Amino acid sequence: MNPPRPRPKLDDDNRAFWTGGAEGKLNMMQCADCGRFTHPPRRICRHCQSEAMAPVAVAGTGAIETYTINSQPWLPGLEVPFVIARVRLDGVPDVVLTTNIVHCPVEEVGFDDPVKVTFEEQDGIWFPLFERVR
Amino acid sequence: MAMPEAYITGVGQSEVGVRLTRSPMGLTKDAIVEALADAGLTLAEIDGVASYPGKSHGYLGFSPCGVDEVIEAMGISARWHFGGGEIPAQLSAIAEAANAVRTGQARHVLCFRTVYEAAAMSRPEEFPALRRDTVDGYSQWTAPFFALSAACWVAQYAMRHMHRYGMTREQLAQVALNANRNALLNPAARAITKKPLSLDEYMNARPITSPFCLHDCDRFTDCSTVIIVSAGDALGDVRSTPIRIAASAGKVDRWSWDQAEWMASYATGPDLWAKTDYKPGDVDCVQFYDGFAFFPITWLEALGFCPVGEGHRFIEGGKRIARDGELPLNTAGGQIGAGRLHGFGFAHEAVVQLRGTGGARQIPGDPRVAVATSGGGPLAAALLLAKD
Repeated sequence: MNPPRPRPKLDDDNRAFWTGGAEGKLNMMQCADCGRFTHPPRRICRHCQSEAMAPVAVAGTGAIETYTINSQPWLPGLEVPFVIARVRLDGVPDVVLTTNIVHCPVEEVGFDDPVKVTFEEQDGIWFPLFERVR
Repeated sequence: MAMPEAYITGVGQSEVGVRLTRSPMGLTKDAIVEALADAGLTLAEIDGVASYPGKSHGYLGFSPCGVDEVIEAMGISARWHFGGGEIPAQLSAIAEAANAVRTGQARHVLCFRTVYEAAAMSRPEEFPALRRDTVDGYSQWTAPFFALSAACWVAQYAMRHMHRYGMTREQLAQVALNANRNALLNPAARAITKKPLSLDEYMNARPITSPFCLHDCDRFTDCSTVIIVSAGDALGDVRSTPIRIAASAGKVDRWSWDQAEWMASYATGPDLWAKTDYKPGDVDCVQFYDGFAFFPITWLEALGFCPVGEGHRFIEGGKRIARDGELPLNTAGGQIGAGRLHGFGFAHEAVVQLRGTGGARQIPGDPRVAVATSGGGPLAAALLLAKD
């Protein structure tokens, strides 16, 4: 049994990202003026500085940009090994998410593997994890 | 009009240990006393103080002594002082001190970095660990996925290098093997490195987070390192061989541990060379930040000692980066071999080598130019040091 995941402190910038999983949505902050995404989410577009920002549900699919098989239990009780990865998201250029790749043996994970989001809930936070698409 | 110059005129270091009982301020004092003696200066002549990152209240072991506390404890009358974490990386505290003396705001600036991470772990009531249950700022994008160490973040860049450029663990191993060989010749590293490391031992060592094993990671250490930076027109006050800070850089295009395609070192390297007439071929030794073994490989590429994607081939076999090689690397053992001094150790060792006082680990010839770097991920600082 893993220890609880460290809990993000919610604010107006990040709430849609960390709670969107309740509706099955992976919400990313998008600019209505230039159409580009800002992640980490912020109410000011990092590309054009517009404030016309809103969370938008994206496809939730993507591919593994890079990853590491973690063998070190950084917290008491942390089950190892597990995979930490950076996933590039379909339709969200220039953004990667650090996440875990779950539901498959660690040695089966590879670069460019197609993946899709799956949420894990803990006390109202919906952590976006990813699993391989077969 | 030529810009006034800045020089490193004194270096000092406390005992380097693991779970030391001497207080952090005591260690800081030890390093200050040694640096003053090295420069031939007195405390009364120090009129500036700089540090990175300032006192770390949320995690005291990381930085237990504030700039204000050192000013008070040592009775310094400071015309200029500086301490902060939101600068390019550790060595930028020294770069800022150089700017202060170049612009006449101070004559002799005492720069320090005190770390107490090993002692703090053994005395958590006095030095509480970083809280992990609730996270904000950048750590909210990594910690919830149990990516709780920079090792996990940096390992992903290293894995990409293996996938994209063919780096092997045998090549990566050369950083740790080189660190081990050099640390065994460094009396200050005795608490950290006690015996030789073979490639076999490395390959079979406990994995941390792929591709890193135990030997690819630096180790929590208790120590203070002090660098004194003096104005060019104040060299008459000092007795040591001054080492000129010929250039410094710390460029970041995207402050992020995961969104950035390239770590900040890759922007910093070219920016360093843009500020000097020196070229990579002029450099006699390099002291590259090695919190994790992959960093020196990135610094080799970033500073143009080899093309991007070739760093692992540059160090293959370890001959080029050995003390008698074409580009000696981390001659004191780096942080992997000599402890997590957190950046300042690289400037200290560059000065030692340029002065020729490295004893058993001294590189041959008459080294005149060195590069010292600190940082990884979005943190990067580089100093070009010259004896001229």
